[in-house]
This record gives sequence, structure tokens and C-alpha cells, in this order.
Amino acid sequence: MNMLRFMIRRILSGLVVIWVVTSATFFLFFKAVPEAAVARNLAGKAASPAVLQQVAKNLGLNQPILVQYWHFLARLVHGNLGKSYYLQEPVTTVIKQDLPPTVSLVIGGVTLWLIVGLAVGILSATRARSIFDRISTAGVLAGVSAPTFVVGQLLLLIVFLPLSKTGFTWVSQTPASIGSGFGKWSGYFFLGWVTLAVVQAAVYTRLSRGSLLDTLGEDYIRTARSKGLSERRVLYRHALRSALTPVVSQLGVDLGALLGGVIVVEQVFGIQGLGFQTVQSIARGDTPVVLGFVVLATFFVVVANIVVDMLYGVLDPRVRIT
Amino acid sequence: MSVTEIQFQTKGMESAPVQVIEGRSQWQLTWRRLRHDKMAIASIIVILLVCAAALIAPLVATWTGHPPNQPFPNTGTNAFGNPVGPGTHHFLLGTDNLGRDLLVRILYGARISLFVGLLTTAIAAVGGVSIGLVAGYFGGLIDTLLARFVDAVLSFPVIVTALALAAVFGASLQIVIGVIAFFSWAGIARIVRGQTLSLKEKEYIEAARSIGANPWRIMFVDILPNLLGPVLVLATLYIPTAVSFEATLSFLGIGIPLPTASWGNILNVANDYYQVAWWYVVFPAAALLMTTLAFNLLGDGIRDAMDPRTERIFAGSQAKRGRRRRTVSPEIAVAAEGS
Repeated sequence: MNMLRFMIRRILSGLVVIWVVTSATFFLFFKAVPEAAVARNLAGKAASPAVLQQVAKNLGLNQPILVQYWHFLARLVHGNLGKSYYLQEPVTTVIKQDLPPTVSLVIGGVTLWLIVGLAVGILSATRARSIFDRISTAGVLAGVSAPTFVVGQLLLLIVFLPLSKTGFTWVSQTPASIGSGFGKWSGYFFLGWVTLAVVQAAVYTRLSRGSLLDTLGEDYIRTARSKGLSERRVLYRHALRSALTPVVSQLGVDLGALLGGVIVVEQVFGIQGLGFQTVQSIARGDTPVVLGFVVLATFFVVVANIVVDMLYGVLDPRVRIT
Repeated sequence: MSVTEIQFQTKGMESAPVQVIEGRSQWQLTWRRLRHDKMAIASIIVILLVCAAALIAPLVATWTGHPPNQPFPNTGTNAFGNPVGPGTHHFLLGTDNLGRDLLVRILYGARISLFVGLLTTAIAAVGGVSIGLVAGYFGGLIDTLLARFVDAVLSFPVIVTALALAAVFGASLQIVIGVIAFFSWAGIARIVRGQTLSLKEKEYIEAARSIGANPWRIMFVDILPNLLGPVLVLATLYIPTAVSFEATLSFLGIGIPLPTASWGNILNVANDYYQVAWWYVVFPAAALLMTTLAFNLLGDGIRDAMDPRTERIFAGSQAKRGRRRRTVSPEIAVAAEGS
């Protein structure tokens, strides 16, 4: 019952967030891209005023902004994101085409950064002040300091270039999807995953190390040890679960930040995904595609945050969902 | 003797000497600890070097005879029209795609990075501290509204918004500064609000209120000095975030417009040349990494020096981590968003 009420409230507030962000983007772009510019771009420089008017009318751009806004919301409720000005296709089709590379990038990146971040964090915490700990702390600082695109460019220079020169072709720049085989797929996205992982894993190493060190100092851990449990069991069954709480909440924050990271990574490696499409659409003034991306991105962040909130309860029984 | 006179006298007797001694010793102690932190001193030196580099940029341009925006198509590019490497024809760090001197452009880029980093951090610190103080001190409806606003700013898709704004107003230095400052103050406001909430319950604030001090005086004269430490640490850690934010925006082509040199827009063009000109990527990237790393190390060093209880992994004192996490997380959130 409590859970149900919590869910309903979270979903409602999530819908409000989606509405606010989408509307803000809508009005921003309405100001950004004047209808005349859109019509002229589409119809060409030589188009007569009558043609321009017809184009604007076909797109519904001659209506007052509030009417357009209302149409946009009405379509949105039905899952219809409108039609791209330039690609002559519904936005949902554009998104469906460009989604797979982005999803590959996100899934691989998140998996890699969690594995690396948690593993290094746990190893550093259990061997606090060792050489390994010092090296990883220095690495964390470098990772936190480095902008995503610099990491990507240096990887291209230091990893991709020598490898391709020596004829080692697994890491490649030939576009591949999961359908073209695991080897090709992972080779294409590998550098992107590593880029996302280097920047993000640093944050998770720092967090999991700190929180595990704190937890290991608590009384219940001493109790568990004094019962004669093995150190493994103390660490993985008793300490890790509660130490993971801040890590999970950070993950909720980072899934939002990931969108920016994906845009940058797709730009560095020339991956034709959603982020790449969005940057191009912004340059072209293709408002429906940009709005579609923003709606989808916000939806993703909201859902991720609800899942994260529910994970708290599983990880730490002391947390009461209210 | 009137009431006001008594107030004046007691206040003068109590607070003046105490304040002087406490204030000095706190900062002195911090400096003494910081001085023994090798990493912090090294990062201060690096930061000073970067500042010096930014200052002497025009001098270097004069010495080498290579103005930052002037291409040298004959000496600065090879037979294929590609950049020439370090040391060729007196180009110490090589040239860029148009045959401009990379060293001079990197030095000029340092000016943009430092200017944007320091200015946006200053704006964010002043804005964040004021809003955090007001929200935390007054509480109630003001607090709720401001806290919601802070949440909203922190949950916005930063890069997408920046792209949209650049599309609306065109890329420019002013837009870059505005965008970075707008997305940076919220984290500081949240921390300051939290600290204010706990500080305002202290006895000395009650004392100040009981002698009739008005809210603004309490906020800015009594509470603010106690916040300077955490704010200084936060601000130092925001500078590298702002620097890499600017670089990222410029890299995406929505930051500092060409031909003005910025590390981000140099690297943007360099992305097409990494196969033929390693120096074109390596030197600007090194400058950027060195600067952000130095500010991050300095921020960590100041934090450790202010709170002797924190663990200092490089200096080697025994202590637990505890308080560190609270000050770190928003910085990380912003840093992550920024990159």
C-alpha cells in the first residue's frame, strides 16, 4: 500500500518534470527558430513568398504559439512527436533509427564504469594506504579532472592509431551494430565505452572507497567479525550492501549527466547516434527532432530515478520508502 | 547612558578582539598545514605558471613574430597542406591546420580558460552564497521555492540546454559565461543552505538576535565568516569544472567562436588531424589536463588543511574520511554534468 502510494507520487512528479523541461525547450526553440527561416531553408532561396507561406502553413507554423503548443502537447500524449522538418519522416522513426548506437554506447559504458569503479573502490578500501590505493587515488583525481572529449581524443591517439597501424583491426571505426556480430560491435564501441568509463569510474571509485571505509568502521561490522565470520563474508554480505547506498544515488544523478557525455562521445568518435543527430538538428533548426530527443532523454532520467529510489529499499532495509 | 550606547559598548568589548585572534589563527593554521602538502604546493606552482603563460602571451607573439590569428601558409604547412611538427621553422610546438603557431594559440587559450573559469566561479560563488544564505536563514516558503529552483537547475540536461541557447543567441563568450555561471551556482547554494540551517541554531546567533541585530547583519556578518572555509574549497573545485565546461562547449562548436583561440576549439579542429599531427592534439590537451588537475589538487589540499580530521593520503596522517563526502558530492555532480 505504502509502496503503491510512493510509486504513484513518484510517477506524477516525474510527469511534471517531463512537462516542465519539454515546455521550456519548446518555447526556447520557438524563439530560436523563426518560422520564416524554417520555411526558407526548406523551400530554397529562390522560393516565392507564396510558396514560403504555403510551406509555413503546411507545417502549421503560421498559427499562434499557444495553438502550436497545444497541438504539440496533444500529440505528445498519444506518443506522436510530430514530423521532422528536414528528414521528411516522423520524429519517432528518426529516433528509432538513431537509437541503437546510443543504447549500445550507454549500456556498455555504464557496465564498464560500474565494474571498474566498484572493483577499484573496494580494493582500495580493503587495502587502504597501500601502493595500490595511492595509485588509484591519483588516477581518480586525473579522471575527475579530465573533460570527456579530451579522454576520447587521447584514446584515439594513443590506442586507436598505433593499433590500426600495426594491423590490429578489432578496435575499428567501421560502424557496426549488435547484429553484425559481437566482435565487430564491441570493437566499434570499445573506445567510447572506455571514454565514458574513465571519466565516470573515477567518481564511483572515490564514492565506494569512502563509503566502504566508513561502513567498515561501524560496530555491526566488528560484531560480525567477532562472531568468527570470514572476512569475505563480512565484506560482501554485511558491509557492501549498506556501503552501496550512496553509489546508487549517485547513479541516479549520473544517468542525467550521461546524456551530455553521450553527445560528446558520439561527436569525438563520429558515431551516428541520437546525440549526433541532436547536434545536427539544432544546427538546422529542426525543432521537432530536438524536442523528441529532450522528451525521450527526460523520460529516461525520470524512470531511472524512480528505479534508483526503489533500489534503496532493497539495498538498505533501514531506508523506509514514504 | 542610553540603551544603544550599552549595546555598542558590550558589542565592542566582546567581539572585536576575539574575532581578530580567531580569524588569524584559523587561516594561519590552514596555511601552515597546506605548506607541508607537497601536492598542494606543486599545484600552486603549476597554477602560477599557467597564469604567467596567459600574461606573457602577447610578448611571446611578439618575440616569435607569430600573432595568434595569423596563418603562415608557406612555412607553417607542409606540401600536403597539413600542420608542421614542433621545431620546424621556429614553430616551437608546431602549427595548426591553417599554419598558425600552436604555442602562441595555446598561450592565448590559457587567457580564455582562466578568465572564464575564474569569472564564472566568482559569479557562481556570490550568487550561490547569497541564495543559500537567504533560503537557509529565512526558511519557510522562501526556502521551499528556492530549494525547488535549485533542484530544477541541477536536474536540467546541461549540454542540451547549452546547445539550445547557443542556437538561439549564437555562440559567444558572453553566452558561455552565462551558461556556465547559471549551472554552477546551484550546487554552492545547496551546500550553503545546509550549513546555514545548522549555524542559525547556534547560541551566538541567538545572542546576536537578542541584541537586536537585523537578519541581513546576522546573515552576512555573523554567519557568512563561518562559511568562508567551505565556500573557498568549493570555489577552488568549481574552477576546473568551469574550465572543462568551457572547453567542452567550445569543442562542440557552441563555445568561444573562431578565430579566437580556446583550448576547446583548438581541440575541435584537431580532432580531424590526429592521424597526421599528434602535437595538435597532445599539447592543448596537456595544457587543459594540467590546469584542471592542478586546481583539483589545490582544492583537495585546502580542504584537508582546513579539516585536520580528514584522511590525507599523500601527506600520511591517520584519520577517517567521514566529513569529506558531504562536501564532495555536489562538485562531482556538476563536474560530471559539465563533461
